[in-house]
Amino acid sequence: MGKTLSEKILSAKSGNNARAGDIVIASVDLSFVQDTTGPLTVMQFYESDLKKLANPERTAVFIDHAVPSPTRTLSNDHLVLRQFAGETGAIMSDIGEGVCHQLVAESLARPGDVIVASDSHTVTAGGLGAFATGMGSSDVAVAMGLGKTWFRVPESIRITVAGQFQIGVSAKDLILHIIGQLGADGATYKVLEFSGDGIKGMTMSQRFTVANMAVEAGAKVGIFPSDEVTKAYLVDQGRGKDYQPVIPDADAVYEQMMRIALDVLEPTVARPHTVDNVALARELKGTKIQQVLIGTCTNGRLDDLEITARILKGKKCHAGTRFIVAPASRQIYLHSLERGYFQTLVEAGATILPPGCGPCLGLHQGALGDGEACLSTSNRNFKGRMGNPKAFVYLGSPATAAATALTGEITDPREVM
Amino acid sequence: MLRGKAFTFGDGISTDHIIPGRHAHLRSNLPELAKHVLEDADPTFVSRVSEGDFIVAGNNFGLGSSREHAPLVIKMAGVSAILAKSVARIFFRNAINLGLPVLLCDTDGINDGDELEIDLSAGTVRDITTGQKLTFGKIPQVMLRILDAGGLIPYIKEHGDFKL
Repeated sequence: MGKTLSEKILSAKSGNNARAGDIVIASVDLSFVQDTTGPLTVMQFYESDLKKLANPERTAVFIDHAVPSPTRTLSNDHLVLRQFAGETGAIMSDIGEGVCHQLVAESLARPGDVIVASDSHTVTAGGLGAFATGMGSSDVAVAMGLGKTWFRVPESIRITVAGQFQIGVSAKDLILHIIGQLGADGATYKVLEFSGDGIKGMTMSQRFTVANMAVEAGAKVGIFPSDEVTKAYLVDQGRGKDYQPVIPDADAVYEQMMRIALDVLEPTVARPHTVDNVALARELKGTKIQQVLIGTCTNGRLDDLEITARILKGKKCHAGTRFIVAPASRQIYLHSLERGYFQTLVEAGATILPPGCGPCLGLHQGALGDGEACLSTSNRNFKGRMGNPKAFVYLGSPATAAATALTGEITDPREVM
Repeated sequence: MLRGKAFTFGDGISTDHIIPGRHAHLRSNLPELAKHVLEDADPTFVSRVSEGDFIVAGNNFGLGSSREHAPLVIKMAGVSAILAKSVARIFFRNAINLGLPVLLCDTDGINDGDELEIDLSAGTVRDITTGQKLTFGKIPQVMLRILDAGGLIPYIKEHGDFKL
């Protein structure tokens, strides 16, 4: 009987024949924290008497959620993290570098890795074939100190993707469609494993978008096999040596199978206040939007800014709609500058934020007013998410967001392309 | 034996309902942070809850963020256990890691304000107000060991490693 991607990785990392349902202790190849969960992790790390990191060169601290710090209390949290990295030898990523998940994708995650971090969107690294999952501060503190953690080997849902995206449709629409089908807890404790001809045509950026939101269906991991696309990405990032093919066995056992034809997908939007509350963008035409956000670990990459710039080139955003853009990393920021995307977006009316999480979690920047609605390319629309429980968050693709910025109401991007 | 009052919540209570990102600047001031527990689900909760009381929820309690502050502020509010039909993965593990029991059972028959008595070792919930008796699903052995130690950090302090 063959193994799923997750069973293969957890077998290799635990030294056991790991099968769904088993409890294993697996070595951890990379662990990291960010600035809203990191200080608690640091406190627990010291409290646990672990003292030293198991692998300092594979442990990272990211300051990305509150950048630059808006308050002195958060500045003091940042001090705690810088001091911890200094004392332990962990990799330190300070303000201006970008969102942890994007930086992990660019520089640290490798196919076949087990990655744990105190952020639920750690699943993003599944885009390049890593078993990557979010955990709380206690678990990550222990994983940092021991270099291992325990897992219940998850069952997998196999999602076979066929065909290719139509113009105006992208990875965001695919994953919103999947979450709408599965429900917000449809994959709890499970893995979404992607396969099929349709994924061969998906770029790494698109795969990261899909893997990033697996957790919004409750999944522990969202994972793609590593293939030629993965290899080309790693080579492009100057770390071709990190490539290894990771594929599931042909006779692996899946708990559930899903098939999706990309050709019939349409621009899709999640309505307030749950991610599985999906509708087609065209069905929501006329919904007034006061703020548009393009960015975050879900959709703040170069191709996201490219499609945005293409839609808004030579045009002006709607007068009643604030348009905010946050690139996911310094590398993306620089490439966007080089390619003139920011020139186009600023001329169209955009406010550009530094690389980081931006307004996504309502911590600072771009908090919504009472009764206001935002169309965001981020991954969560829970009540209170963007700083105000009396506001409304819709989630959509960068193309849908750009089209919405143009008209001031939710707009199917195919209308303006 | 745990005894206290039930505070009921519906389905899909997220970590943003429990402790939203707008209070992130309070995360290193836990007593202050705890004053906002479940504010966006029930603003009166924090003033009504007493030591030993229970959160009784529907499906997918604690979905969303990995912030361990969510179960932490619930525990700090005095809650002695969470009963739910289902719980999100990271929240479940976080609560156990803090020594806060999460019990999976059919919560439909429990009303807000009911007096409950929970026997953790027998796996039973008695609703004293209604007379109803429920059983909850077994907590996996590995989690039980962590729970028994009072949480993951005390467990590691004691054993220095996973002895599962």
